Amino acid sequence: MNYLNESIDSLHKKLAAKEITSKELTDQTLNDMKDKEKDISAFITVNDNAVKDAEKVDQAGINGPLSGIPIAIKDNIVSNGIKTTAASKILYNFMPVYSATVLEKLEAAGAINIGKTNMDEFAMGSSTETSFFGDTHNPWDFEKVPGGSSGGSAAAVASGEVVAALGTDTGGSIRQPAAFNGIFGIKPTYGRVSRWGVIAFASSLDQVGVMSKRVEDSATVLSIIAGHDEHDSTSSEKEVPDYRANLNKDMTGVRIAVPKEFWHEGTNPEIIKQINAAIDTYKEMGATVDEVSLPALKHAVEVYYVLASSEASSNLQRYDGVRYGFRAKDVKNIKDLFVNSRSEGFGDEIKRRIMLGTFALSAGAYDAYFKKAAQVRTLFIEEMGKVLEDHDLIMGPSTTSTAFKIGDKIDDPLAMYMNDILTIPANLAGLPAASVPTGLADGMPVGLQIIAKPFNEQAIFNAAYALQEQNKFYEQIPTALKGED
Amino acid sequence: MNFETTIGLEVHVELKTKSKMFSPSPVAYGAESNINTNVIDFGFPGTLPTVNKEGYRLGVMVALALNAKIENHTHFDRKNYFYPDNPKAYQLTQSEKPLGHDGYIEIEVDGKKKKIGIAELHVEEDAGKNTHGNNGYSYVDLNRQGTPLIEIVSKADMHSPEEAYQYLEKLRQIVQFTGASDVKMEEGSMRVDTNISITPAGSDTYGTKVELKNLNSFNYVKLGLAYEEKRQAAVLKNGGKIEQETRRFDEKTGETALMRVKSGADDYRYFPEPDLPDFEIKPEWIEEIKSQLPEPADERRARYINELGIPEYDAGVLTDTKEMSDFFDEAVRFGANPKLISNWLMGEVNAFLNEKKVGLLDTKLTPEHLSTMIKLISDGTISSKIAKKVFQETISNGTEPEGWVKEKGLVQESDPAVLKPMIMDILDNNQQSIDDFKNGKDRAVGFLVGQIMKQTHGQANPKVVNKILMAELNSR
Amino acid sequence: MISKDEILHVAELANLKLKNDEVDDFVSQLGRIVDMESNLASVNTDGVEPTYNMGDTNTTFREDKGIRTQTREQMFENVPESEDNLIKVPTIVDKEDDE
Repeated sequence: MNYLNESIDSLHKKLAAKEITSKELTDQTLNDMKDKEKDISAFITVNDNAVKDAEKVDQAGINGPLSGIPIAIKDNIVSNGIKTTAASKILYNFMPVYSATVLEKLEAAGAINIGKTNMDEFAMGSSTETSFFGDTHNPWDFEKVPGGSSGGSAAAVASGEVVAALGTDTGGSIRQPAAFNGIFGIKPTYGRVSRWGVIAFASSLDQVGVMSKRVEDSATVLSIIAGHDEHDSTSSEKEVPDYRANLNKDMTGVRIAVPKEFWHEGTNPEIIKQINAAIDTYKEMGATVDEVSLPALKHAVEVYYVLASSEASSNLQRYDGVRYGFRAKDVKNIKDLFVNSRSEGFGDEIKRRIMLGTFALSAGAYDAYFKKAAQVRTLFIEEMGKVLEDHDLIMGPSTTSTAFKIGDKIDDPLAMYMNDILTIPANLAGLPAASVPTGLADGMPVGLQIIAKPFNEQAIFNAAYALQEQNKFYEQIPTALKGED
Repeated sequence: MNFETTIGLEVHVELKTKSKMFSPSPVAYGAESNINTNVIDFGFPGTLPTVNKEGYRLGVMVALALNAKIENHTHFDRKNYFYPDNPKAYQLTQSEKPLGHDGYIEIEVDGKKKKIGIAELHVEEDAGKNTHGNNGYSYVDLNRQGTPLIEIVSKADMHSPEEAYQYLEKLRQIVQFTGASDVKMEEGSMRVDTNISITPAGSDTYGTKVELKNLNSFNYVKLGLAYEEKRQAAVLKNGGKIEQETRRFDEKTGETALMRVKSGADDYRYFPEPDLPDFEIKPEWIEEIKSQLPEPADERRARYINELGIPEYDAGVLTDTKEMSDFFDEAVRFGANPKLISNWLMGEVNAFLNEKKVGLLDTKLTPEHLSTMIKLISDGTISSKIAKKVFQETISNGTEPEGWVKEKGLVQESDPAVLKPMIMDILDNNQQSIDDFKNGKDRAVGFLVGQIMKQTHGQANPKVVNKILMAELNSR
Repeated sequence: MISKDEILHVAELANLKLKNDEVDDFVSQLGRIVDMESNLASVNTDGVEPTYNMGDTNTTFREDKGIRTQTREQMFENVPESEDNLIKVPTIVDKEDDE
């Protein structure tokens, strides 16, 4: 099965009408993946039991919208009995004995976990190049990165290997690869989706989200995975709307804020052109657009790297070689076991962030770095909140550039960090945010970022859907895939 | 040179809950290795903590019993350090806003009352346990990982090992009477770390703190501190300097030995736990917990003395443990004379417990049975001698005393109409004894009573026998 | 700026071993990042409460029920070395906190 021209709706119709069984669909998906994976390498692990799982769904009968449909899962979402690595050597052999709540919800809805997608190690990176399991290639240009950290999920969707995939987003890890691959990707409000079973990078920033070619498919999936979870004390008890059923592309009277700081001087002019055109489209559809200012934004990257690295340094301490994962050989005592397992098991980028975070939390640095960043975060939340008092949405580019060449930035961590400048604000403020394709710049996809009030994912779906129905970007076949035919 | 001693104590107490503080795994002492563990206790990737309400409630209860103020707005913090029994490499605790603060305990040393301040109390999770082989390996059991603890940090208000001892005794008693913990040193449900410094008398600065570990009984605490006092004084007298270090108490030698010098490299990088929200401890909940606090030992003791007429020493013994005190109160409620209950508990019951090396609640004795038995003695139904038999039966097999006494025919014979002919008969056959009695030999009476008891299988009421016997002897 | 000694101290806390050239890399890379972070000092945060956690929840207690969610066998599936249901590790040298 090639999903380039499919949607969850179209697949569900076929399954419900018994034109195809879930087993057949899953078989075809695996065949198509075999072919495409040679160029894309979007997956770390393919689920050996997918066909059996599909047979079970067939037996139980197709019911809900996801029933019988294969979905790809980012490899930092733990799956009972299916290897889960977070793309790290330190978890190269880790076999979970429980599943993430999001996965349990998907499986309860009859979705088939087709496999675990590649990513930056522990979701730290913007290019999927820090993966222990090799690079993933952008279906628009195989020499380019798919973005990151959810690069595998994005490339799997963009290349039509799957109709939708789960990703996680700590500082832009869903939106940036969505933009780089010409697909839709949404990071919900912090607390909208359970983090139980999601391998932590930065606990106060991480959130699971959805990626798909079509907006309505992400809406369908998000309604299924969202909601309160007794295992996650930070998950919200707010009711989950049926985003798909409530889709409304009427933009009349919608108030859009465009922060001038998002029009960053370093941004590719072709991207600026695309984004301005998209915003004009919203005006034509009846929305109002105001320029606003977010002065604290200039510190967003600093705040983000202190807080995310600090939390990560603590979250990643459990990888010590004692209870699971990689254990260093030939060690004499426990200290050597800790040090060697961690030094051999973690990649350079992970070590860099652990070092930065450990430093920021250490005695003498805590007040000036960690606490200070947490205070500036408060100012930042207030600033975003004020803008959203008078506006329904904040819009701007998702990225400052289109997908770059593999190997181009990997040796310059600071340049890599600056990539996240446009996506970080939504994570710091816990706001829902998405990237929706607007068109191409120099032959590579461009994404418009849409941010909304807390728990107003619906407003994002509606606006993204309105744009999608104008530009029908989902009809475009990624360039490199065309070259294959 | 004279020295002044300053002692501070950090006491960890396990809270009696069904599940762990941040995970639903069962809590049980002495369970099979690693049986009570789950993905949270193993620190698996993707796991998150949830806070045990009962653990927090018991923590608040202890804090209230120690006269502490309860923090209304709190959160949990991570204490970061690597150790094999610490699976996340951070311990969840409360460092910035502990559960309670500024409490105190009143102790009595040499007849003088003194308040010892409690700086703060916080709830946290216990670590697992490591054991060490001599084969180059160590072994980790994570059953204990996550068990709820409350850490009680005293102010440096104690100035002698005896004060520290009294503080611990009092603390143990107060916590035990809240029912929040077993506070058993031998099972590790109460653990003590101390620090001690000495300084020349009259000096206005503190000395260098030395930490003492491996103190497995209150007595060892006292011995360890006393040893340290002397050791530090000797060092200072010889012109030496006290190092900031951790020392280990050796139970065999009664001495302390260096474990490690504090390098200042400890850096636990505390920060607020982002996986949990802030916690608001509402005043209404605190009031509710306060109303659930069981009557403390001191109040019970006063009540026993003033209302029940129990001697002061006895009242102290009865309130030594909550189980004893609860048992006593319950037995009193069943109607027997409190003083007699007290005597039995301190006498026969304690003797039984000591002999069998068991706790009061491990026996089959119930407060109701004890009370019933004592009432049978008081109303003359059974003799004290028979009572001992009844007691053994009841405490060993849980037998109801009144029914058993009847069934076995152990009821005391007090009817003169039955006893008098028997006594007459015995006198008729023992003229010699009557003569002895007349010649002033009192032993003769004992012999005659013995004969009567023999004939009645010990069931004759001695008082009634005596009365009839004396009247008869004097009239012959 | 961050000194070589600081880098080594932080690596010790984090239980990471750095090769000599890595130490130099970290000195320069982390130095640049820390310099960037120092910009935060210019923001006036007097009286501003820090934000440490997110989400719209507060005071989320769990009821006290002891439940076994995994079997011991499951818990040991990933353990690299074990003996008698205990996790086996190379010897603990610094045995201070064990009881």
